[in-house]
Amino acid sequence: MTLADIPGLYNYWIVILLMMTGLYIVVSRGNLVKKIVGLVIFQTAVFLLYISMGKIIGGTAPILTGRPEIFSNPLPHVLILTAIVVGISTTALGLALVVRIGDAYGTIEEDEIAKADHEAEFGGPETP
Amino acid sequence: MILQHLPALQIVVPLVAAPICLLLRRGDLAWGLTLIVSWAALAIAVMLLHAVITGGVISYELGDWAPPWGIEYRIDAANAFVLLIVSGISAVVLPYARASVASEIEESKHSLFYTAYLLCLTGLLGVAITGDAFNLFVFLEITSLATYVLVAMGAGRDRRALTAAFTYLVMGTIGATFFVIGVGLLYMVTGTLNMADLALRIADLGDNRTVLVAFAFLVVGLGLKLALFPLHLWLPNAYAYAPSVVSVFIAATSTKVAVYALLRFLFTIFGLEFSVEALTLTYVFLPLAIAGMFAASTVAIFQVDIKRMLAYSSVAQLGYMVLGVSFGNVTGLTATILHLFNHALIKGGLFMALGCVVYRCGSASIDEMRGLGRQMPLTMAAFVIGGLSLIGIPLTVGFISKWYLILGALEAGWWPVAVLIVATSLLAVLYIGRVVEVAYLQPAPEGRVVTEAPRSMLIPMWVLIVANIYFGIDASLTTSVAGTAARALIGGTP
Repeated sequence: MTLADIPGLYNYWIVILLMMTGLYIVVSRGNLVKKIVGLVIFQTAVFLLYISMGKIIGGTAPILTGRPEIFSNPLPHVLILTAIVVGISTTALGLALVVRIGDAYGTIEEDEIAKADHEAEFGGPETP
Repeated sequence: MILQHLPALQIVVPLVAAPICLLLRRGDLAWGLTLIVSWAALAIAVMLLHAVITGGVISYELGDWAPPWGIEYRIDAANAFVLLIVSGISAVVLPYARASVASEIEESKHSLFYTAYLLCLTGLLGVAITGDAFNLFVFLEITSLATYVLVAMGAGRDRRALTAAFTYLVMGTIGATFFVIGVGLLYMVTGTLNMADLALRIADLGDNRTVLVAFAFLVVGLGLKLALFPLHLWLPNAYAYAPSVVSVFIAATSTKVAVYALLRFLFTIFGLEFSVEALTLTYVFLPLAIAGMFAASTVAIFQVDIKRMLAYSSVAQLGYMVLGVSFGNVTGLTATILHLFNHALIKGGLFMALGCVVYRCGSASIDEMRGLGRQMPLTMAAFVIGGLSLIGIPLTVGFISKWYLILGALEAGWWPVAVLIVATSLLAVLYIGRVVEVAYLQPAPEGRVVTEAPRSMLIPMWVLIVANIYFGIDASLTTSVAGTAARALIGGTP
């Protein structure tokens, strides 16, 4: 890879940036909804990765017209359709769990939940 | 005609039964259907294993699309054995499930519970049977999504089930996404998703950085799914707060299937030489496996909740499985595959015993276990035998696994590892012994009068416990199948 290739790999830089942003949000935020948001960004980055690899510059959709044309590879796009469905189910289930956690604990902040669990188990606030 | 389509039926039957279960709405009907489907799945798995052992590898083209373009189900001794483990455990768990689910989950949610259970079963069988890398991801996610739901159903007993399910969801999704990145990178360089085809093309590529990156993503992704130490953080709470039936089922099957997927990628797709060359086996798996065995066993000793204790013990046991992989020889791999089966019997039996305790006492904390040896003699006797098997006493399956594991270590020339394997067994003596001491030597709490669990729960539990002893005495069947499976995996393309 030379320096001149770097702008050409533009898509992949975006993918890496999004992926790390998402992962960082999951790790650093204590709010459960924000964690889910991070997770969605993380997954979206992978969708972009797949879509980029199937694209050929100047390529069209693979429809048989009889003329010689350059096609983009449709398979990664189709795969990602499946991955999007999986992603949506995960997001929906995650948010549903957040709702249930909100009902059960009265909060969706990770540290407050941990405190409530600690109090329930040992019958008093955590001693530092 | 039907026989020819067995590989598809293995998946399609539970998959179609799941929405029917939802429509039935009545809990007992849903349970009946799940039971029938589960037994049918076991029958199919037995027939498939028989066909593979006698007739060699089965390749089934889904929808008649020829591989590598279409999805291929490819069954050799390794995945036929995993199919048998998953469907076998499911067939034993379901008779047990009825009473346990009725006591732990609200009546209105029963049909939903069995729907999620069937989807989980479908996913596990699918991961085992498929010969397509992306298809494996889809099945992995079907399993995971269903498992998150099943774990969260424990919220009726303890609200911490919800946070456990949430943590599992976050970590499981990260694992699955890593896996999908790995598959994507492989597709980028090879242009195929069929496992057998991938194996051929990766071998042709030679030294390639994209393949190495893909390998790293796949190993970390699957490591998260199989709870490889230190990626196990989701596991203890998920097992501890899930409903008893779910603990039994997922402890005995879901991590095993992830281990199988790891084996498939390491040995079939990348090949032994590549995995050794990438230094994964020696410098990644070996230290992590040993650290996991010690750390998790030590943490298990100090647990108050016995379900949580067994969950930590599971992390340690997964360490043994990964350790067998890290030897990189056929004996070590045989030990891993053997332990997939044996550990399913051990943990299935132990979690069932705890399920009986929860059924009668409402909790599985160590205080609750006091005096149970006299009040629930059959349950606690099962726990003791299961515990001995976990420790690895001769005449139980645990011994057979450890025997092969030690043989593998010696064959690789790593005798200190063999010593460490024995040392961790002593840690298991401590945590199992603690429960036995409390149950048999301490008086029951005053005023608590409990009787033995219902027969529908005792019989499945004892089936597993007797299997622990049976396969511990006559291990010829399991070792020969595991040996064939190991050779199929290590010997290049399936």
